[in-house]
Amino acid sequence: MGLDIRWPIGLMFSIIGVLLVIEGARFGASAQALNININLIWGVVLVVFGALMLFGAIRGGKKPPTS
Amino acid sequence: MQPIHLATVDYIILLTYVAFVIGIGWALARYMKSSADFLTSGRSIPAWVTGLAFISANLGALELVGMAASGAKYGIATSHFYWVGAVPAMVFLAVFMMPFYYGSKARSVPEYLQMRFNKPVMGLNAVSFAVMTVFASGISMNALAKLLHLLLGWNYDMALWICSAVVLIYVLKGGLTSAIYTEVLQFFMIVLGFAPVVWLGLKDVGGWSVLKGDLAGVAQNPSSIGVNGSTFSPDAWTSAWKPLVAGSAHNPMGVDWFAMVFGLGFVLAFGYWCTNFLVVQRAMAAKNMTAARNTPIIAAIPKMFFPILVILPGMIAAGLAFTHKDNYRLPPVAISASAFPGAVAAVQAASPQTTDADFDTISKAAGKSLDKSKVAAIVTDNSSKKLSDVEIADRLQDAVTENDYDSVILSLVKKYCPAGLLGLALTGLLASFMSGMAGNVTAFNTVWTYNLYQAFFVPGKSDSHYFWMGRFITVVGILLSIACAYFASHYSNAMDVIQLVFGFVNAPVFATFLLGMFWARATGIGAFVGLAGGISTSIIFHSLTIAAGNVPGIKGGYLGVMQTFPSEMAQNFWLASFAFLGCFILTLVVSFLTKRTKTDEELKGLVYSLTPKIKDQDQPFFKRPAVLGTVLIIVCIILNVIFW
Repeated sequence: MGLDIRWPIGLMFSIIGVLLVIEGARFGASAQALNININLIWGVVLVVFGALMLFGAIRGGKKPPTS
Repeated sequence: MQPIHLATVDYIILLTYVAFVIGIGWALARYMKSSADFLTSGRSIPAWVTGLAFISANLGALELVGMAASGAKYGIATSHFYWVGAVPAMVFLAVFMMPFYYGSKARSVPEYLQMRFNKPVMGLNAVSFAVMTVFASGISMNALAKLLHLLLGWNYDMALWICSAVVLIYVLKGGLTSAIYTEVLQFFMIVLGFAPVVWLGLKDVGGWSVLKGDLAGVAQNPSSIGVNGSTFSPDAWTSAWKPLVAGSAHNPMGVDWFAMVFGLGFVLAFGYWCTNFLVVQRAMAAKNMTAARNTPIIAAIPKMFFPILVILPGMIAAGLAFTHKDNYRLPPVAISASAFPGAVAAVQAASPQTTDADFDTISKAAGKSLDKSKVAAIVTDNSSKKLSDVEIADRLQDAVTENDYDSVILSLVKKYCPAGLLGLALTGLLASFMSGMAGNVTAFNTVWTYNLYQAFFVPGKSDSHYFWMGRFITVVGILLSIACAYFASHYSNAMDVIQLVFGFVNAPVFATFLLGMFWARATGIGAFVGLAGGISTSIIFHSLTIAAGNVPGIKGGYLGVMQTFPSEMAQNFWLASFAFLGCFILTLVVSFLTKRTKTDEELKGLVYSLTPKIKDQDQPFFKRPAVLGTVLIIVCIILNVIFW
């Protein structure tokens, strides 16, 4: 209905992913999280996910949507 | 549990999410031109979106919170709610029932009943659905507000009203489409918010095989973590079927296999997934018949793997509590704030050896049952070196023996999430509540506007009038949900309560649809008597039975106890079975005794035997609902076998 949901999803997760990456870069591995830099790792995962969604949205504007 | 302190980054993540869901509503507002746009999305949405919305609308408070709770209490048997109690029903809906819901062009599930039978049947279903969906919304909102209060120390009322306001804004602006789109966003939020917590928990516990060993210890001595009084065989928490088949005394759920398979797997599961407008509405918004039929199938795929996300954390918590890893214990029920001063004073007044009388005084003041050795330790420490009031209060809280299972998932989030991930997980939790709330409200406003208001009270008005009513009743629906939330705040385990309500209303209803869709001879009067009779059977059954350990009253047995069940779950599953049978038999018998009022031509597209079969041959093999459905059932069976 006039709005490809992949845009907001991609945008939101990219933003949140970047926030987590920054947090992870600032504070490093967390003792709470079993000494893993979970913010950095998961932040990257979210950014990649957001990028995939945005990619899908950009391409979706050119092809007719599949059912 | 101590309130968690949120860092700035956590608040930013939370606000980002809120901004986006409101923004989606705002962006869609310009497309809302008619009641159909607002209430039914005008049938325009692709299958992957409706599929994820389908599962997300279902994935409310109850799943994340309740399934983790059940995972701790019952172990992997909880997966029956997914592998027995969901996937088969979803496949059945996709392959056999969507053609009638979608093909009939009914705007809602009750409207199908009106087309198939008559207005009274539709009315009964519409009223019971409307009541139930508001109830479900309220329970979800109550759990959310309680969680925010516990987790962040937010005021319960403020949390309730603010979150309701957010949902109200985006649903009022963008209608069903807004709810569906935000549900997809929320689906990813939930998965991506909780996957890291589960991963960290599994790593911490040492992996699945170590967890199995820990849970074997739990099964043989559940009272060591405060879960259950009995003992069970070592595999009771990690084997889904063996303890069930062994009998109701051999599994912590207290259920026998027949009640599980028939009561939950058939009656309740099919009753919910095949007739509950909350989820079916998402499939009905799909852009064509194939998309509509594939919606439940697409939804079933993540549904099958959700036990890893929602049940496993509960099991991990039980394992951690058993080994006391890092002093973890299952979160205790909270001592009420007003009880603390008296309890702390009682500790300070107690003699250093903590006599029985002292212990009784302290327990009474706290209002909860306490662990004697822990209380004695507090008193001893306090007499050697005076402890602060806060310290005494904290240790008293830890001494509570009763577990608050709904807080299990929260306790894991608190344990593992540093600032950043914490905001993400918390937002995921918030998202799960909002998707449930919005789903219920959008289903409610459609059923009210079209099937109650337009059908019974004010027919024949212009569409803009019903468009207005749709929006008005959205506001009313949220307010009613808030009222139900306050009511629900008096019940401990939301999961059990909702199963009871579902059982009363849902169990009979599937019999009505089953006979309506597959038996042309079913008549309107038969359906009405059957449905009313089925609901009555639920109520009567509940009034004459009770679960072991419960007192007659709100839990049942108030007209006298004819049968006692080993657990509430067992009582619910048997209630469902009887209600279904009551409705089925009554519909059958009364249909034979009454004349059909609709001709074969009128029933075309509404009944299986009178509708041309859908030709899937022109679809590629892998897109045919029947093929996909079969694959899913096979995978489901494999999962059941793996965790047999």
